[in-house]
Amino acid sequence: MEFFHKPTNFPFMATRKVWYGLSVLMVIISIASFATRGLNLAIDFTGGVNISATFPTAANVDAVRTAMARAGYPDPQVQSFGSSREVAIRLPPLGVKQDAQTIRAQVTKVLQGVDPAVQVAAPDVVGPQVGSELRSSAEWALFFTLVGIFIYIAFRFHTWRLSLGAILAVIHDPILVLGIFSVSQTPFDLPAVAAILAVIGYSLNDTVVVFDRIRERFHANRRLASALVLDQSINQTLSRTIMTKVVTALVVVALLFIGGPALRGFSEALMIGIIAGTYSSIYISSAIALDCGLTSEHLFPTVKKSAVDAMP
Amino acid sequence: MLEYPRWKYILVVVVLGLALILALPNLFGEDPALQIARKDGDPMLAASLPTIEQFLHDGHLAYSTAYLDSGRIMVRFANTADQFKARDEVNAKFADQYITALSFASRAPAFLGAMGLRPMKLGLDLRGGLYLLYQVDTQSAIAQLLDSYAQDLRRALSAANLPFTDVGIVASSGNLADSIRLTLPAGSKLDATQAIAEKTLPDLKFKVVTLPSGPALQGTLTPQQVRDRQDYAIQQNLVTLRNRVNQLGVAEPIVQRQGLDRINVQLPGLQNSAEAKDILSKVATLEFRLNAATGDPYQVAEHGNAPIGTKLYYNRQGQPLLLKREIIATGDELTNATAGNGQQGPEVNIKLDTRAGDRMLATTRANLGKPMAVVYIEKRRETTQVDGKPVTRDITDEKVINDATIQGVFGPTFEITGMTSGESRDLSLLLRAGSLSVPIYPVDERTIGPSLGKENIQRGVDALVIGMAAVFIFMFLYYKVFGLVADAVLLANVVLLTALLSMMGAVLSLPGIAGMILTVGIAVDANVLIYERIREELRNGVSPQAAIRAGFDKAFSAIWDSNVTTFIAGLVLWVLGTGAIRGFAVVLVLGIATSLFTALMGSRALITLMYGGRRKLTRLPI
Repeated sequence: MEFFHKPTNFPFMATRKVWYGLSVLMVIISIASFATRGLNLAIDFTGGVNISATFPTAANVDAVRTAMARAGYPDPQVQSFGSSREVAIRLPPLGVKQDAQTIRAQVTKVLQGVDPAVQVAAPDVVGPQVGSELRSSAEWALFFTLVGIFIYIAFRFHTWRLSLGAILAVIHDPILVLGIFSVSQTPFDLPAVAAILAVIGYSLNDTVVVFDRIRERFHANRRLASALVLDQSINQTLSRTIMTKVVTALVVVALLFIGGPALRGFSEALMIGIIAGTYSSIYISSAIALDCGLTSEHLFPTVKKSAVDAMP
Repeated sequence: MLEYPRWKYILVVVVLGLALILALPNLFGEDPALQIARKDGDPMLAASLPTIEQFLHDGHLAYSTAYLDSGRIMVRFANTADQFKARDEVNAKFADQYITALSFASRAPAFLGAMGLRPMKLGLDLRGGLYLLYQVDTQSAIAQLLDSYAQDLRRALSAANLPFTDVGIVASSGNLADSIRLTLPAGSKLDATQAIAEKTLPDLKFKVVTLPSGPALQGTLTPQQVRDRQDYAIQQNLVTLRNRVNQLGVAEPIVQRQGLDRINVQLPGLQNSAEAKDILSKVATLEFRLNAATGDPYQVAEHGNAPIGTKLYYNRQGQPLLLKREIIATGDELTNATAGNGQQGPEVNIKLDTRAGDRMLATTRANLGKPMAVVYIEKRRETTQVDGKPVTRDITDEKVINDATIQGVFGPTFEITGMTSGESRDLSLLLRAGSLSVPIYPVDERTIGPSLGKENIQRGVDALVIGMAAVFIFMFLYYKVFGLVADAVLLANVVLLTALLSMMGAVLSLPGIAGMILTVGIAVDANVLIYERIREELRNGVSPQAAIRAGFDKAFSAIWDSNVTTFIAGLVLWVLGTGAIRGFAVVLVLGIATSLFTALMGSRALITLMYGGRRKLTRLPI
């Protein structure tokens, strides 16, 4: 079995302006949505209480919501969760007395008014502090990661043009993932952060594999036009790119459909990221390097002999 | 002919063999178990085991085995219902002797455990439990040190008959108090005073400063001394927290330093955060003070203005008391405190260290028959919501818990009486756990419900297994025999990663599973890169064995550079990240290392072994 038995020959670079436009558009939409709608942050970041209850028959979400509101819980978010008999209730931080057992007892009492046979599970309770600290540590980590990648690629490939391409691709992908989370208002939790980090990892891997082939093609023939070399490189690595993505997607699809609601945000972020990462390693990282004027000379500088000859 | 150095074959076999053994305990799963330990922290005696077994037997409580394990009794159960029931019964029967904790015991054979091999622990997000993050008030650690310095200096100067106006604590620069300032009356002997000060406090360098009010001597801690003191305070709190966590009866708790001045406490299985926080974050200390000889406490309570050198306190009945400001001994100097029953009812037996013991001896000798009070001080930080914003304030409760006449001359050991038995037990527990000399405040907490945790892990594991199976089948369909080699290599990679994580005692959490999925992706990618190269070479008409060699050689730079780049990213996240991010990064960094090893060395060894020796190889099953 092979996806491409004969080498493909798609003119990727010729259409890059179109894809730039698309990327810019998507990034703008993402940032705009991010600025206006924000992320639907899960209690991992906002603090608060998640509590799930199982009813003997299909749960009446509205009745649960009304009962909670009447009992004095401000702004309860009630959703069915997993099966129709289960509901997840999310409450904002409850202040000082945020003890899991107390909350469980109180909520059980309220929900027994809806159905006496209700079973309330022990809740998740998160203090309000963690979010801001996680954000600042993540920002620093991301910054130093970018610096490290820039230096390593510049060192291994002898040019900052490829470094810049790689970094823009690395920034591009998580923005798109965050944008889709913001547009769809999918709950954004800690596992989703881990997924975004994984997306960065995949995207980086892809980009560097293409770069490696570019280096090899330039080495084989220094006279070819840069755009042609880049097209050849992407085409020659295309079957590998698709194969790797299909294999990873197999695991992620399994997580998405079998992993349950707790892994939903995580697997969605991974899925979007894998698609975005494939796209960006083709149209962003290489294309940016090309538009920065990448030539074989940058990867394999001609050794200037004149300086040595001039020595007395 | 393809060849591969013999030492590389040996290395691959040895590493994978070792990894298999290290990863083995993870295969067996866990039983619900009950940990039973003695309240006083001493190891369980072997003789207690039959007692417990008899009790379980008599009560018709089903259990599978009970045995001694590093000073504790472990009882295994077939299911959690039996476990809960047994816990309640044991608690009811042995409440005053033992503390119990719900736990899990690995089903791995005993010899693996004896070799020190343990399965990976599950993180709180997978198992449920309580997570607390504490902030250590390192500023007050410095202030305490300076306080005791100031007190020593006052004594030394009085003893040497040198006049001084005041000894105060100031900041040499910025907000952090790090200096003692000794203000002197005009015309005092600066040199002699400085000599005494430097002799009393050799840690401090004193210099003369001129203030509007007159001359003064100022001694400042070096930044290194400040750091040392802060580290000391954190270490002391770590030890204390560990002791207190043990009193909560939690199996496999984690108490570790996080960053500069934070301590992270993870209590698997615990759900009642209020009780845990109460025991963990109280700063309880004692101060022994003499009662003031002059002044009427009732008058002071009404009008204020305590006489110089005294301070107003209240006892538990709400009556005012005037005590001298001089402290004879503090909770820091306490080496042991136990509750017991003496002739006068419940009592707390107290033992001080030698320095405080000497001071106690001198004080009691000079003040026999006079009253001495014990002040119990509790510090906590309360957070309230004011206009929707959290406002924190520090609360110090000071209470005279005992006010008794000094009955005899005593040194380092004595008793405090006059409490109910419950109070004496509580007090001795808090004091024995080591008084936290520096306050800590919870800055973050989260409780993870256990049922959600169990569901999480089951669904996640199911998904992973199905996903991996799909990958294995697909690889075989796409690359035929070579696909099977890749599958074997992938499996070896998972084993190797599990072995490394188990060996490091890493905790597996959801982000860690994310890291594993990324690692599987990267490991597959390495194989795909190699195989695509081999196909390319074959397409170009290269002979099979040359194609294999060229495939590995040419794919190397792509595999190496892409992995190193991702490795750099993982390393930065490991060093700078916290919590979830770090959990992910640890798995990623280790996973890249193992996948490089298995894909480059393992896979090459296997393929060379299979095809390297065949002379008439015309086709490759790829």
